[in-house]
Amino acid sequence: MDVLITILADGVNSAIGPTAVVFALAAIGLNVHYGYTGLLNFGQVGFMLVGAYGLAITVSIWEQPLWVGVIAGILASTLLALLLGLPTLRLRADYLAISTIAAAEILRFVFRSSPATPFTGGPFGIPSQVGGSGYTQTWNALNPFPQGRYGIGWLTFSHTRLWATIVGWSIVLLVVLVVWLLMRSPWGRVLKSIREDEDAARALGKNVFAYKMQALILGGVLGGMAGMMLAISQAAIAPDQFLPQLTFFAYTVLIMGGAATIWGPVVGSLLFWFLIASVERALIISDVMPSGTIGPTRLAFVGILLVLLMAFRPQGLLGNKREMVLDG
Amino acid sequence: MADRDTTKAPTAGALALADVEPVPGVPKPDPILVVDKVKRSFGGLTAVNVDHLELQRGAITSLIGPNGAGKTTFFNLMTGFDRPDTGTWHFDGHDLANVSAYKVARYGMVRTFQLTKALTRLSVMENMKLGATGQRGERILASLIPGIWKAQEAEIEERAEELLVRFKMDHMRDELGGELSGGQRKLLEMARALMVEPSMVMLDEPMAGVNPALTQSLLEHVKDLPSFDMTVLFVEHDMDVVMDISDWVVVMAQGRIIAEGPPAAVAANEEVIDAYIGKGHGDESRFTPTPLAGAPVSAAVEEVAPPSADEGAEDLADGGADLDGPAEGAGPADEQPGGRA
Repeated sequence: MDVLITILADGVNSAIGPTAVVFALAAIGLNVHYGYTGLLNFGQVGFMLVGAYGLAITVSIWEQPLWVGVIAGILASTLLALLLGLPTLRLRADYLAISTIAAAEILRFVFRSSPATPFTGGPFGIPSQVGGSGYTQTWNALNPFPQGRYGIGWLTFSHTRLWATIVGWSIVLLVVLVVWLLMRSPWGRVLKSIREDEDAARALGKNVFAYKMQALILGGVLGGMAGMMLAISQAAIAPDQFLPQLTFFAYTVLIMGGAATIWGPVVGSLLFWFLIASVERALIISDVMPSGTIGPTRLAFVGILLVLLMAFRPQGLLGNKREMVLDG
Repeated sequence: MADRDTTKAPTAGALALADVEPVPGVPKPDPILVVDKVKRSFGGLTAVNVDHLELQRGAITSLIGPNGAGKTTFFNLMTGFDRPDTGTWHFDGHDLANVSAYKVARYGMVRTFQLTKALTRLSVMENMKLGATGQRGERILASLIPGIWKAQEAEIEERAEELLVRFKMDHMRDELGGELSGGQRKLLEMARALMVEPSMVMLDEPMAGVNPALTQSLLEHVKDLPSFDMTVLFVEHDMDVVMDISDWVVVMAQGRIIAEGPPAAVAANEEVIDAYIGKGHGDESRFTPTPLAGAPVSAAVEEVAPPSADEGAEDLADGGADLDGPAEGAGPADEQPGGRA
């Protein structure tokens, strides 16, 4: 029984921790892109990267206040969306997919290259305390909770983690509210019509390119916010955190929860990180394999779950079966 | 055929076009669309090469022609879904060269597609409401505040409801577009196009793949459109339909307008018959299949009907863009619509 509680505790801790917030935000962004507009963005991690570095460079290198850094992160992801969207959104959907996955990798290599080191810290990234107050210092100074551990029973948080968790989930709720307002409006209806058939939308007088661009920017900014959340909760960023698989984790989160649903990405992120952490703990306790193979094994386990989900519940946990059976 | 002609009262469009000479490129009394020297090539193939064409306001004009004549390409060019190599065209006072498709629609020229585009995962009602133009809630910031668009949304819903009743689809307002049958999707697409409140509707094969009962109902809706101040241009292969509802017929072949005129005049036009069943249709030898070497001589080959002088018209009247053979084109003469003097 104690073993079960330990496993569950690890899962729950991870599911409500800042990492789950990061992936919930990234997946909500992808939901705007893929779930509602039908845009195939395979480079969400690129938006996370520019968001995180936008914040870190502004605050740590240029020694600006934290709020300026947040604005810089949002502007950086907007700019990336414009750069990616302008040449590709008039073309077929696959061109955006190819450009985004390539752009995310290009960004990672540029940010870790030696010429960029004065701004990005090269392969070692930007530790939060570099320059001025650094971004975690401002962040921690805002923390209203005195030092210590908070929680009940087996569920406890340090004061910094509690602070990040509360702010993070508040942001997620706010974002969910905004996305809900947008998607139930006529604007959201146009996005969905573009997902179904953009020529039909065009024939009805909708400026498809402008709507796709707005959706790409909105989802990209949400990706950027995920990146900023990552930078703040980890108190450091390095380019090699932003590997392409992060995008696919975010897709996994979205599809598990249910694409084109309001709560899908949030539920998906909770579930994803619960599974990852509890499977890891279970593998450690059962002692069936050397610790080095546990990391890949827990991912394989999530992969199997995803395959099963696709086979038996392709619409995700919250999706609409009725919509799913329709082709195209 | 005679009684069909007498029972049918001439439409306003037909009356307006009564004195227009049936020759390609002829000026119309009140044109809504004027096309000049529009040309579009795909590599070496000239898909569309229209020298001059005018379409009468308030009339139902049908665009016919064999497969590959360039009808759909012409539609795409007119509505901004494709760009011509050269040429200009004006719609209702607007120069449409280099105008994007969505702006063409906002000027009032709305099209439907040959392959129906019902938005599968939107309900019938959402499909309809999408068609309304000038929606305040379609701007991203305004959409966040329901107070800005709720009243307009209610008006749009009311209008959509009326149209659905007119199209007898009001009972399926909450079904998803993808759950409708092929014919219902055609109806929905047409009704949705009307939500734009267009001055001209371009229908690309509205009856294709629709069962005969629904065809009748679709037909009635198309015939109704001029009474709502709409001009209609439609592509159709079913010649019965074309003869029944058009005020004017434009014939395309190999990208060119080869004939235009009232339905009766076009059906009798020698060039049109040539275009449909090939030049030298009097010479039937080219339709006679050569048996494969060693194949048994089939009875069908020997039973080819003797060529008759006016079978081209019969083929045409039968909707026969098919080149299967002369024997199939000849139906009972009393079923043919007027046109053969």
